[in-house]
Amino acid sequence: MGPVLLHHRGGAVTAPTAREVALVDLLDRLLAGGVVITGDITISLAEVDLVHVSLRALISSVQTLVEP
Amino acid sequence: MADTVVYVYAVTDAATAGPPQDPAIPGVDGAPVRRIASGGLAAVVSSVDAARFSEEALRRSLDDLPWLEETARAHHAVVAAVAPAGPVAPVRLATVYVDDENVRALLQERAAAFRAALDRIRGRTEWGVKAWAVPSDDAGESQQITDGAKPGTSYLMRRRAERDRTAKGLQDAVDAAEAVHRKISAVAVASRRHPPQDPRLSGKREEMVLNAAYLVDEAGATALMQLVEDRGIQGVRLELTGPWAPYSFTTVEGP
Repeated sequence: MGPVLLHHRGGAVTAPTAREVALVDLLDRLLAGGVVITGDITISLAEVDLVHVSLRALISSVQTLVEP
Repeated sequence: MADTVVYVYAVTDAATAGPPQDPAIPGVDGAPVRRIASGGLAAVVSSVDAARFSEEALRRSLDDLPWLEETARAHHAVVAAVAPAGPVAPVRLATVYVDDENVRALLQERAAAFRAALDRIRGRTEWGVKAWAVPSDDAGESQQITDGAKPGTSYLMRRRAERDRTAKGLQDAVDAAEAVHRKISAVAVASRRHPPQDPRLSGKREEMVLNAAYLVDEAGATALMQLVEDRGIQGVRLELTGPWAPYSFTTVEGP
């Protein structure tokens, strides 16, 4: 599932496109990074228990995501 | 428009062009992407279905991995489409406003924080570097240790030697990863450590010993790539991802 992987023992470097980005790397950034806004707003992930949410999603659906 | 709410992807300078319209990038839930400008800033947004993006619906949807993946990828595609035009501060996934007026108010009220965030990332990109412990493979050693011992003792000694070697291999990998992290941090404007990725999501069995993001300028990016390609690093396997929009360096908490 990985995008471009640059191994230090010598692989080619290819630029990743948006579609090739690994979901796990994206979730690191989208669930824990980015501007967090709270206040006059209907919902923000800042107000959600992230660990709980991501773990539940992960555990229930992991087979659909990870190809061994 | 009573049935829609406003999904926010990112904040940019007002001077930064919006996402390309020909062909247009679809946003989350297939919604068209547009901009809301106020002062010198602009928010990149979509109008989305109010029922599907209500607080209750989102809490449910966030437990649905296929939905999470589709939404995360759509969010990322919009951010990636805007990023080449100027500094972009991505907003955390699933940030939804009641209407445009509230988004304008946000841009005004938090203008100073957004400007500071955009100034920090101007001309810079984020790169991800992950490291895994490479399992050591020197089976001959345990045979030597156990030569001449009784079978039961020999088994225990072999097990202990294996355990010690695994622990040492892991510690060596942690040390190597820390050394890599220090070297890359020295050429980066900023760095941030993410928690190690869950093997169930990454699909990797080896132990992850580094999951870091670095904010670099152009020269820093070149130096970072050279460090990752360094063939002399032992005990870890490195993986580089990027360039990313600076997700890990625009965390503006508050108010």
